[in-house]
Amino acid sequence: MKRGGVAALAVLLTGPAQADERRSGFDYMGPETQLMQTDDMANPGMLAVQAGMRLWQETAGDAERSCESCHGDAEKSMRGVAARYPAYDATAQSAVDVAGRVNLCRTRHQGAEPLPQEDADLLALVSLIGLQSRGLPVMPDPDPQMSQWRSRGADLFDRRMGQLNLSCAQCHDDNAGGHLGSAPIPQAHPTGYPIYRLEWQEMGSLQRRLRGCLSGVRSDPWPYGSDAYVAIEAYLMQRAAGMPMETPAVRP
Amino acid sequence: MTLTRRAAIAIGLGAPLVLLTRPALASPETMNAAIAEFTDGRSVQEGRITLDIPVLVENGNSVPMTVEVDSPMTPEDHVTEIAVFNERNPLPDVVRFRPSPALGLARFQTRIRLGDTQKITAIARLSDGTLWSAAMTVIVTAPACIES
Amino acid sequence: MTDALVNIPETATPGEIIEIKLLISHPMETGFRPRSDGSLVPRDIITSVRCLYGGETVLEVDLNPAISANPFLVFHLRADRSDEIALEWTDWGGVVHREARQITVA
Ligand code: HEC
Ligand code: HEC
Repeated sequence: MKRGGVAALAVLLTGPAQADERRSGFDYMGPETQLMQTDDMANPGMLAVQAGMRLWQETAGDAERSCESCHGDAEKSMRGVAARYPAYDATAQSAVDVAGRVNLCRTRHQGAEPLPQEDADLLALVSLIGLQSRGLPVMPDPDPQMSQWRSRGADLFDRRMGQLNLSCAQCHDDNAGGHLGSAPIPQAHPTGYPIYRLEWQEMGSLQRRLRGCLSGVRSDPWPYGSDAYVAIEAYLMQRAAGMPMETPAVRP
Repeated sequence: MTLTRRAAIAIGLGAPLVLLTRPALASPETMNAAIAEFTDGRSVQEGRITLDIPVLVENGNSVPMTVEVDSPMTPEDHVTEIAVFNERNPLPDVVRFRPSPALGLARFQTRIRLGDTQKITAIARLSDGTLWSAAMTVIVTAPACIES
Repeated sequence: MTDALVNIPETATPGEIIEIKLLISHPMETGFRPRSDGSLVPRDIITSVRCLYGGETVLEVDLNPAISANPFLVFHLRADRSDEIALEWTDWGGVVHREARQITVA
């Protein structure tokens, strides 16, 4: 976009609609899409949960162990886990999100290959784990190592990027509640992931959602698995601390 | 903020609509031809059937639709078939329901794809051979920040 | 295997009109979606759904590409006897998938 275009956009971005309260993307949806999320029989995310439950019990890798053989009943052992992620893993010396954790279990404990990002089986397991936090408040990992990840995420959130030269914050802090075309701009809370997005017609991770926003501002999305996503995820979860988890959410 | 349509297009709005509508678009004429085949040239009256679709939908990929026919659903007096047609998807047929009186209630809900703002028509055939219709226009909006 | 969520009440009173819900995991590939090279992704849809009450067909549904991914269906049935309620759906390859539940009417 040329300079003039950017200036015009900047003018258009100065709307009122300053959000004074934290609201989930759920609140910006129409009643039909809300009902699709809240009725478990209508929510396609529950199909992913069902697949995840099956995978939880299946053995994988050289160790021929299932998730269940170590963790038992997911409803008990995974309760509240997703509400605390991304979390710090001392061995990897890195923050990992739930998908990253599942892949660590595959490589460390099952002797299996990691599953690719956005793989349906990976999304299914992460959805199953996420459901066990539904309704529980986001409770960021207290490990002190996490603070540098969150501040890096906060930096990225405030940094202008792409040809449109917009930061995440300009849309999601300054203009949340406003509209982009006909779509309402939500506050970018990560409480529902993985989500069933009507636009995708399938499940997708928070990383996939962020890639959509990055290409939206005409910036090349970082490669899947990049630390930058985990940093933003960690920042978004802190920003949403105390809000209830909704996995598997539905979004337009 | 409210972006102008041009700015919105720059950010990627509008693209998903093209997807479904690109190939040989159905038209009001193809819909009318499909309806004529279903009704076999008999006259269709308005009423007895209701079509419930939100007037404004957030994403055309998944539009909730309920269709209901006012019928006692008895062996003597029941719905034999309901057909739903659209004007602008590549194919005019959306869905057909063939209930037996055993259902007791002629109400069906599903989720449909609408590639664009368009008119939807539902027609019910009753056991006495009469045909009843309802129609409505649905406005499809698009999400922002889609992947390119 | 296909995942599906089936909701059929386990019990009903005689003559009660029950609600049945079916959600099938399926992409409902329209056959109209272009790949980056311009060719079309081949059509792959669920073509029909059937409900049988004690072996007798009580509903047939024909699906088209205009049905959303992960087809969702809600309908009703007058429960007048204890029997099996089965849902069968046929995919593009002609394979029939089946889920059945027993309902107790008393
Ligand atoms: C051989 C035992 C074993 C198997 C099999 C296993 N895990 Fe784990 N899992 C662990 C251990 C041990 C930890 C603690 C972290 C570590 O040491 O890696 C853990 C941690 C986790 C956590 C994080 C829990 C928390 O409170 O932070 C999740 C989520 C998880 N596993 C999911 C899975 C899934 C999904 C599978 C199957 C794909 C699986 N695990 C298979 C042993 C196992
Ligand atoms: C030009 C404005 C804009 C910018 C810049 C932007 N987004 Fe978004 N974002 C949106 C809109 C609009 C949506 C709503 C989804 C839709 O309908 O497309 C959204 C959705 C989201 C969501 C999903 C929220 C939910 O409820 O599931 C997250 C998370 C998010 N954005 C994060 C980010 C991050 C992180 C950045 C910076 C890398 C960013 N966005 C940049 C406009 C923007």
